[in-house]
Amino acid sequence: MAWLAKSLNSSLGKKLLMAITGLFLISFLVIHCGLNATIFLNDGGKAFNEGAEFMAHNPIIRTMEIVLFGGLLLHIFDGLRLWLDNKKKRPVAYAVVDGAANSKWYSRSMGLLGTLLLLFLIIHLKHFWYFSRLTNNLTETHTLYNEMQVVFTSPIVVAIYVLGCISLGYHLLHGFQSAFQTLGWNHPKYTPTIKAIGAIYSIIIAAAFAAMPIAFYFNLIQ
Amino acid sequence: MEGHLNLTLKIWRQKNANVAGKFETYQVSGISTDMSFLEMIDVLNNRLIEVGDDPVAFDHDCREGICGMCSMYINGRPHGPNRGVTTCQLHMRSFQDGETITVEPWRASAFPVIKDLVVNRSAFDRIIAAGGFVSVNTGNAQDANNLPIPKDDADEAFAAAACIGCGACVAACKNASAMLFTSAKISQLALLPQGKVEAAKRAEAMVAQMDEEGFGACSNTGACEAECPKGISLENIARMNREYFSATFSSK
Ligand code: HEM
Ligand code: SF4
Ligand code: FES
Repeated sequence: MAWLAKSLNSSLGKKLLMAITGLFLISFLVIHCGLNATIFLNDGGKAFNEGAEFMAHNPIIRTMEIVLFGGLLLHIFDGLRLWLDNKKKRPVAYAVVDGAANSKWYSRSMGLLGTLLLLFLIIHLKHFWYFSRLTNNLTETHTLYNEMQVVFTSPIVVAIYVLGCISLGYHLLHGFQSAFQTLGWNHPKYTPTIKAIGAIYSIIIAAAFAAMPIAFYFNLIQ
Repeated sequence: MEGHLNLTLKIWRQKNANVAGKFETYQVSGISTDMSFLEMIDVLNNRLIEVGDDPVAFDHDCREGICGMCSMYINGRPHGPNRGVTTCQLHMRSFQDGETITVEPWRASAFPVIKDLVVNRSAFDRIIAAGGFVSVNTGNAQDANNLPIPKDDADEAFAAAACIGCGACVAACKNASAMLFTSAKISQLALLPQGKVEAAKRAEAMVAQMDEEGFGACSNTGACEAECPKGISLENIARMNREYFSATFSSK
């Protein structure tokens, strides 16, 4: 298997790992966002709590949760490694750089956006994953939905979530189509479609997630 | 219509690879808008030589956009403000009277500065030497149509072969990555029947050499494609990825 390790440790291999783990996280976000969006049914969290309950006890979902954490850690580890490696390739910086002339700022800032995301994720996991999985605070009368209502009374928390979603949106705006390029899928037939889907996906995911804390904070849902 | 410019130049001066460099500021006046950027530096150098100063060292050869030597990072962009041109094809009409122009060498650990604006791009030669060839006896020219090649493939191979090895892709990339160059050199052969025979070995050897030379990974920002004077497409990088990973599972 030395041949596989060698391939995955090359500059191309490290990116392949980013693309595969990134696309996996992208597929997870669809489910996460879809389930959470049930709060907008404004049914006092009934549908949401049922979904959360199902997720918490289904063995397949619980297994996928472990795979998800593994994938996320790989993505973070590989991303930080690439970021630090790449920085070393230009020891003397340019005095003048006109980056806007040839590329999008967010495509050049994936490491920064990823780090902001990581900080947000730590806070986010503490708020809900830690609360629901590792403490006994979850009861019939204090559901995950009720916990959201409590957490999102703080304007600072709401601001952090909105910033997290903006970082996510830009990370995905570049990352979605970038992952397909890394996989070698670049063709005039379908690349424009991939780019369009990537942009729509990024905007919908970021906007939908950001709307959740905002809706609670302004009591738009009960 | 010809005009004349007075310019302030901030040019990177560095004696050799082992000492630190710094910017020097020069004033040039009466520069014709019809001059190329290199001719403008020639004017400055003549003046420096007249007063007994060391002229600015820079690479150049063809001065017609085909040799890829004239590496200069001008006002934050490789080969200056225009797309699709090398520095020798950049004309002073692209600048304003009174402008300050900052000129730097390509900056990448794989391209050490030799002197001033001249960098050593032999890392590119070693990438080619690692696999950018076909091991066939060339002999006489074949009969026409002996080896049918679809027009589209021939065109694509030819477009990749337009790469002049100038290094603007590396200079533009935030990671100093040489993916666009290497992928062009892999593609120009991988697309043709003569190149398919050694495709797997070639992709592995050239990527390994590229990594060893100390070029960065690809973040798919697209800066290389935008700054490439020959319009080499990112599709080549995707093709290189396909070639490389299929080689991972197929090479002997
Ligand atoms: C839910 C969270 C995340 C998703 C869906 C996601 C998705 C993606 C995708 C699809 C890519 C593009 C891969 C490619 O270009 O081939 C990417 C790149 C990247 N991600 Fe993430 N990511 C997430 C979180 C993070 C975190 C927490 C970090 C932490 C440091 C991070 C760091 C990076 C970096 C540095 C890159 C760019 C690598 C490069 O192009 O050199 N990401 N991400
Ligand atoms: S790919 Fe373009 S920018 Fe890079 S070396 Fe070739 S011609 Fe120059
Ligand atoms: S001097 Fe040959 S390309 Fe500019």
